Amino acid sequence: MNRRWLLLAPLGIAAGAGASFYAMLSGMKRGTFDPRGLPSQLIDKPLPEFNLPGFSRADVVKQGRPVLLNFFASWCVPCIEEAPTLMKLRAARVPLWGIAYKDKSEATDAFLLRHGNPFAHLARDLSGDVGIEWGITGVPETFVVDGSGIVRWHFAGPLPDEAAQVLATRFAA
Amino acid sequence: MIAELGHFGLALAVAFAIAQGILPLWGAHRGQARLMQTAPALALGQMIALGVSFLCLVLASVADDFSVLNIAENSHSLKPLLYKITGAWGSHEGSILFWCLILAICGGLVALFGGPLPASLRARVIGVLGLTACGFEMFALLESNPFARIWPPPLDGRDMNPLLQDPGLAFHPPILYFGYVGMAVPFAFAVAALLEGRIDAAWGRWVRPWTLAAWSALTGGIALGSWWAYYELGWGGFWFWDPVENASLLPWLVATALLHSAIVVEKREALKTWTVLLAIGAFAFSLSGTFLVRSGILNSVHSFANDPARGVFILGLLALVIGGSLLLYAIRAPKLGASGLFAPVSREGGIVLNNILLCSIAAVVVTGTLYPLLADLLLGQKISVGPPFFEATVLPLACPVFFAMAVGPFLSWKRAHLGPALIKLWWVAIVALVVGLVASMGMHAVPAIAMGGAAWMMLGALADLVERVRLFRVSLGNSVSRLLGLPLSSFGAMLGHFGLGMSVAGIAYMSLAAQTVVLLHPGEHAQVAGYDVKLVELHDAKGSNYNARVATLDITLDGRPVVTLSPERRAFTTQAMTTTEAKIHTNLLRDLYMVLGEERDGGAVLRLHHNPLAPWIWLGALVMALGAGCSLADRRLRIAAPTRAAAKAARA
Repeated sequence: MNRRWLLLAPLGIAAGAGASFYAMLSGMKRGTFDPRGLPSQLIDKPLPEFNLPGFSRADVVKQGRPVLLNFFASWCVPCIEEAPTLMKLRAARVPLWGIAYKDKSEATDAFLLRHGNPFAHLARDLSGDVGIEWGITGVPETFVVDGSGIVRWHFAGPLPDEAAQVLATRFAA
Repeated sequence: MIAELGHFGLALAVAFAIAQGILPLWGAHRGQARLMQTAPALALGQMIALGVSFLCLVLASVADDFSVLNIAENSHSLKPLLYKITGAWGSHEGSILFWCLILAICGGLVALFGGPLPASLRARVIGVLGLTACGFEMFALLESNPFARIWPPPLDGRDMNPLLQDPGLAFHPPILYFGYVGMAVPFAFAVAALLEGRIDAAWGRWVRPWTLAAWSALTGGIALGSWWAYYELGWGGFWFWDPVENASLLPWLVATALLHSAIVVEKREALKTWTVLLAIGAFAFSLSGTFLVRSGILNSVHSFANDPARGVFILGLLALVIGGSLLLYAIRAPKLGASGLFAPVSREGGIVLNNILLCSIAAVVVTGTLYPLLADLLLGQKISVGPPFFEATVLPLACPVFFAMAVGPFLSWKRAHLGPALIKLWWVAIVALVVGLVASMGMHAVPAIAMGGAAWMMLGALADLVERVRLFRVSLGNSVSRLLGLPLSSFGAMLGHFGLGMSVAGIAYMSLAAQTVVLLHPGEHAQVAGYDVKLVELHDAKGSNYNARVATLDITLDGRPVVTLSPERRAFTTQAMTTTEAKIHTNLLRDLYMVLGEERDGGAVLRLHHNPLAPWIWLGALVMALGAGCSLADRRLRIAAPTRAAAKAARA
């Protein structure tokens, strides 16, 4: 009898996996589940305190105008996909600040060399603590922080070109 | 017109597949020989129809027929001919059609070479392959038709992602797909065995060559993919634990376990139910890997256009194939019955340990890949799992595999003693220890352990050979004649273990890679790991669909010229994207890896890498694949061999 149940176990596991995938897919169709996007806990809240080699929270707030903050890493393949979009933002004179997340400094430099450096300022979050504090789920992720240091907008995953265009016009205004 | 012909070929293949999935299975169930005999012809018909269909897609792509949606979206009139051809399997729709074609070819091969199989087993194997093919061909026909037209056709296509326009990547999918889809054959054998309710040593012997062939293609495909990442994406990385990479690693792990446990079925008629489960599992992982990536659930650069509607169709198919086979397994597996007892310390015991560890690694990789999704779904929490998790969890499980790999071949079947086996390995242990200690002076602990492990594996494989030919214990001539008399399959096992050792050594040594980033003006020099690199000049070059900037680098070592390399930066006009073409010089012991970056004030930023032993990562994979080929060439493993042996036994 025991053996019977044991032989049923693979089917049970597969069924469980299948059911969860179905839930995810139907969630994606309804728009309630998005494996890429997510609401950030930080929206309309002040940016958490941080002080990294490169810049700190005070440096961001000191600007007195909105800043786009982008978490990236050289080991992240979607970041390569995102790189041309960020370069367009830089060409549109959007203040774009970068935070290298859990990345070796040489690797970050090589990455920026290879794909272009869109960032006005670069900070290094070697331990990933700041990323955890901000609740990022992976790289790349992008935040808009307004002049008073309040997080206004957030996007997880590589920034689509359309979003970049909207951002560029908003920042220009 | 060509597109319509291809469309017709696809529809015809579906019709063949439906017949192939019903008639032979029904015939085998009712014991009607005439119905069973339809199987080979139907499988060949399906293969030819799909072959014509795929050929039409290639022809339409070569002819720049932009009225075909799939070609308009992925091709461009200026794209080089090679990529027009390979683009046929580079797009989502084309790759599914290609997947189906390979499945049909597998069916055709079983039809052609399966003559010596018992009639009912052959009919069932081909029937199961037909049922599987039918589902995926329907998907191609109904949900992702590669021949759909658009009107009005665009003047020119949108071109393919420049990163993918690369010879390495052009041939990566076919090889990988042969690996993925090839697992369908052991799967079909497993399901057929469950239907028959019987597994014997001959079954193990029939399954092994198919598993070996698929496994070597999978090994080659994974290696080629990682090599592409190394030189094309390259900041020197070669494995990113990306979901798509994990999806190819999982079937490889399970297939490796299957490869070993099938030997136990063949030699000792034990582990039957387990082996059947592994055969189903290897194909289940291949399927979920290839298809879930396309549903957009797994977040990855490799993902194609995401469409949840397609995802639901695919999920339904997976549920039928995987769920159906596992249900059958739960019902019928008790019939297979266990036999062939063995002691924990024995060759079988070693293989069980190998299986447990490989499956644990697979479980860890599955967890790491899927947990973020499940946590999101069930707990509403967003988390990410990165390379650190995989490195921390896979390594402790891999170490015992490395250790056992060298010892296993020294254990005898049924009952063995660990002591004598270890004594035979004394010199291997000493050398491995020395290598590990020497490495620990220059490296961190983990790579040093891995280096010692690599030496242990490679020399252990050699020690197995030394033991078999009784080198130094009998005369040299006697040893040579023993060597020549060894079955090819024992070379296969040796090469497989040796190759893994090489890959591990290469991966461990990569931790010593040196790199510098320098700004050089023409005529200036820089140093990397003792090599002198001189930037001679910079010039423009033009390709068919890109403009390139090329740097000429003269590399010397102690004043002697080594090589001249010319790394490039390419700007692709249609896709508004630049790629860098790294140039690599290898002497099989180290890679010199040069990348051209941005240009600034008349100079160029250059990234210079020196990667010691890096080529071994892929050479090792090649040796593993060769080992599989060696085993395949062994006469005893040929597909007809079991029947011939049985006939001989009957005559005797």
